[in-house]
Order: sequence, then C-alpha cells, then structure tokens
Amino acid sequence: MNDAAKHDIQLILDLPGPLRLDSGASLDRVRIAYQTYGTLNADKTNAILICHALTGDQHVASDHPVTGKKGWWSNMVGPGLPIDTDRYFVICQNVLGGCQGTTGPSDINPETGLPYGLDFPVITIADMVRAQVAALDVMGIDKLFAVIGGSMGGMQTLEWAASYPERVHAVVPIATAARHTAQNIAFHEVGRQAIKADPNWAGGNYYARKEKPTSGLAVARMTAHITYLSEQALQDKFGRNFQDRDAASFSFEADFQVESYLRHQGITFVDRFDANAYLYITRAMDYFDLARDRGCALAEVFQNTPVRFCLVSFTSDWLFPTSQAKELVRALNSVAAHVSFVEIESSRGHDAFLLDEPEMFDTVRGFLRGAEPTLKGA
Amino acid sequence: MVDTLRSDLKVIADFITPGARLLDIGCGDGALLAYLRDTAQVDGRGMELSQVGVNACVTKGLTVIQGDADLDLKDYPTDAFDYVILSQTLQATRNPKEVLQQLLRISNHVVVSFPNFGNWKVRLALLFKGRMPVTKSLDQPWYSTPNIHFCTIRDFIALCHELGAKIEQGVSLNAANHIRPINGSLAHANWMGEQAIFLLSRGNGAARKQD
Repeated sequence: MNDAAKHDIQLILDLPGPLRLDSGASLDRVRIAYQTYGTLNADKTNAILICHALTGDQHVASDHPVTGKKGWWSNMVGPGLPIDTDRYFVICQNVLGGCQGTTGPSDINPETGLPYGLDFPVITIADMVRAQVAALDVMGIDKLFAVIGGSMGGMQTLEWAASYPERVHAVVPIATAARHTAQNIAFHEVGRQAIKADPNWAGGNYYARKEKPTSGLAVARMTAHITYLSEQALQDKFGRNFQDRDAASFSFEADFQVESYLRHQGITFVDRFDANAYLYITRAMDYFDLARDRGCALAEVFQNTPVRFCLVSFTSDWLFPTSQAKELVRALNSVAAHVSFVEIESSRGHDAFLLDEPEMFDTVRGFLRGAEPTLKGA
Repeated sequence: MVDTLRSDLKVIADFITPGARLLDIGCGDGALLAYLRDTAQVDGRGMELSQVGVNACVTKGLTVIQGDADLDLKDYPTDAFDYVILSQTLQATRNPKEVLQQLLRISNHVVVSFPNFGNWKVRLALLFKGRMPVTKSLDQPWYSTPNIHFCTIRDFIALCHELGAKIEQGVSLNAANHIRPINGSLAHANWMGEQAIFLLSRGNGAARKQD
C-alpha cells in the first residue's frame, strides 16, 4: 500500500476498560482515532507521539479527509524532515473530547443512544494524556522516544513528562506554558459565549437538527485566530488593504482584507469542527495548571526527572509568551533537569509553530538526534 | 572538532575532571561542551545569550538554554555543578563582581577566562596612539564592542581576593598562544599575556549564600 492510500484509512482503536477522569467521572467505550507514519523498529524504541493543538487533529502529515489540505505539520513530519519518518515511528492521536474520530461530545452516549452533547463529562489535559497512554498500551508501546507538541499539544507534552516520566525519554514543548493565564481563559470564554449565544446551539443538543451553531463557532474561531497572530503579522499580511474593492463601501460588508480573512477562517472552520468539542477542549486548556494540580511548586513537579526537555518559544507570541517558557526553564534548572531552551525570532505570533520556521526545524532535528544516543545509553 | 578547539578552550578542558557535572556560561556554539562530552564524558549544560549560538548547540545534541549571565544565574541552586565555566564572557557582563559571586555559589570550581587589558599591546596602543586599543583578543572599536568591563590580570586577582575566592591555578596565553603558568612572575604575565585563564574555588569568604 502506498503512503497516501494508507492515510486515507482512519485508524481507530477501542480502549479496553473505562477511562477514569479527573472530574471523578469515568467514560466507557472510549475510541481513539489516530494516524501513524514510518515504521516501529524491532525493539520499539523509535516511537514519537505528536500532540495536536486545540483545533488540530491526527492528520499531522497526511491530507485531511474533510478539507483535503496537507497535514497541519507536514513541514515538520515526514521523510528527511526534522521529525524524520525514515527514522521514527510517528503517532498522532485525535484528543479525547475531539471531533475527528476520538470519543467526544458529538458521539453516541452508550447509556442513552443519543449524542452526548453536554452530558459528556468535562475533561482535562491530564485526561487527554491518560487516554493517549491507554491507547499506546493497546498498541503495545511501553516507552516513547519523544512526545512533541505546540500550544495545547505542548501542555500535553508537559503532562507526559510530569505524570509518565518512565514512559517518555524526551519532550519538546513548543509555544506553551505550565498553566493557562487569566488572559488565555478570558479569550476562551469569549469563544464559548459566542457559541452558546447562537440559537442553533440549543443547549448543546443540535446534532439532530438541520441547523448547527455555525455562526457562533465561526465567531469563536475568528476571535481565537486573532490571538494566534501578532499585531505585526496582521499588519504585514493585510495592513488596511481593501478586499475586492477600491474604496469603502459604507456598509458592513467585509471591506477590509483582514475582515474577509477572518470570515473565511470562521466559515471553513465550522466544516471540520464540532461546537461542543470546542467548548470541552477550551475548558480542558483553561483548567491546566501543572503545579497547582499537584499542590506543589512547579520545580517539584519535575524533581529527579529523567526526561530530557527542549522548550521553544517565539518572540512575538503573546498568547504563550517567552516569559512562560522561561518560568518552566527556571523550574527545570533548579532541579538540574536536562533542559534546552530556544527563543526564536519571529513576527508571526503564536501560529509560528505551525509555519516555516527554519530555526525551529533545526532545533527539533538537532535535539532529537542528540537525544538518540542518550536513550541507547539508558 | 577536537583538532579545531581554540587554544584557550583546550587549557580550560585540562582543568576539568572527567565525568564532572558542568555548566558553561557563554558557551557560544558549544565547541567546548561538545569536546568535553566526547573526550571527558562530562554531564554538561550551557547558557548562551545568542539564539544562533543556542541553536548551534542544540543541533549538536547539547543541553543549552538561552540566557543572560547577568540575570539568569540566580535561578540555579547552590552547588548545582562540579564546575562552572565563564569563558571570554566576564568582560561583557554588566556586573562582573556579582556574576563571579553567583558562579562561586553555583559551584565550588569556577573557571574564568578573559582578555587581559594589561597586555603590552594594549598599554602601548593607549600610550602612543591615544586610542582605545583594537587587538586580536579585543577586535572591535570602543563603540561597538560588547566588552564593557575590561580588567587586567592584576585587577582580576584583586577582585578574587576581595571576594575571598581562592586561585587554584592561573595561566596566561600570549599572542602565539604559548601557555605560561601565572605564579611567581605576575608582572610578566600581566605584560605578555593576551588572555588569562583562572581556576578558582571558594575560599573562606566566597561561599556566600544567595541574596
């Protein structure tokens, strides 16, 4: 089977038992949708888990089945690329609560035979990671060479290092933080309110209805998208340029390119994303606080950690600024952890981690190659 | 890589016990760290101000963070390392005295190298040309040099005394990279040496707790 055909197939696995959640609830019959790239070696030491961000999915390096677009990190993951699928067996799972095949609020609740909607339990980043671990158990992979992710995916890499240090050799948290800030939570709340204010949301029970809460979800996406860029990125890309016109229309049409762009982002997003999943996943990010969850200082979370860290931040990322990466670096240094850290000069804001950033590619490639001998020596 | 290691870095490497835990501050492209990892199995970490430098290090598989000696040393716990190296960086810090104090807190063995402002070329340049000297070790004009706190070998020794640090070893390198121990003839070292390298340990007064 050629690679393209292989990735047309949705890989699905079922977790054998109920999944215990931080809220105290548990979920039965959890299903994980995933993709893999490359080949697992005989001693199973070359597996890398990639954790996707809020609106990402398992299609990290292959065409998306709905949009037909290239994988979201196809510049990072592939043969000869920094996360080299000729060397590593790359796994990417859709997160718990997601809407690309893994169990989430749009799936059927086995107890009622109807979609969960708001009956789906509130989940956390730790719950997402617990589901990933359970799925890897099913796949027979005891230890990962690396866990890599940006933004919410970066939170998962930190959760991996904190909770499963014996099951991961190295982590690469990119454009992320040890906790969500008040500002981060505030923006998420605006997005959630936009969804809930859409009459088609119908208290979350919209799955059987013809109209979905697409306008609310689109506004949520538009708001969030601004936070992924920087002022300069918006200015460079759009300035005050008009869209398909030479002068103001004196109406509320999308006169400006930036308006047109955001509307496009909103409209295309609703085709591939579920509004309730957006509520649940943003909530999980809001709850993330690595140290407070454990009732200790951040440094103590990583006391005696054997995990190797490589943190990456971007100068213009104001959603997960460098200061937050440095807080992690300080904590890791104070417990003498193996931590590398690079702040990359970029004007493209938080989204830089998804874009063509050669310094990031070099860093990730170098760090992974450098971590290989330390695994063999372990 | 081993063949191209700078002479001053080779001297520093000779100070280090194999297998030691070590922090190299201002580690540049990681040449010394990589050399010590490959030849002396040290457990090395680095700190470097420039992004280009950090990336070069990480690409070599070294554990290096982007950081500033003036600001970020306080984040390391006391006695975190067997050795701390500050190579050709002291003169570029805003507060060299405080940096040295921090180094002696982080580790009981501190290696410091710096360009010697007491070198005869420097002295003669000032005396005869009346201009700030530009030499091999100090290769930029006054307005663009990152080196803002010059000192001579005598100045450095005086600061060590002030801090209560003990000088375990000292060598000078002349223009031809000839290595000379700094012991009896301090005047000679301070006149001939283009660079100086010292291994310090905490004397009685240097084991100050972090403020």
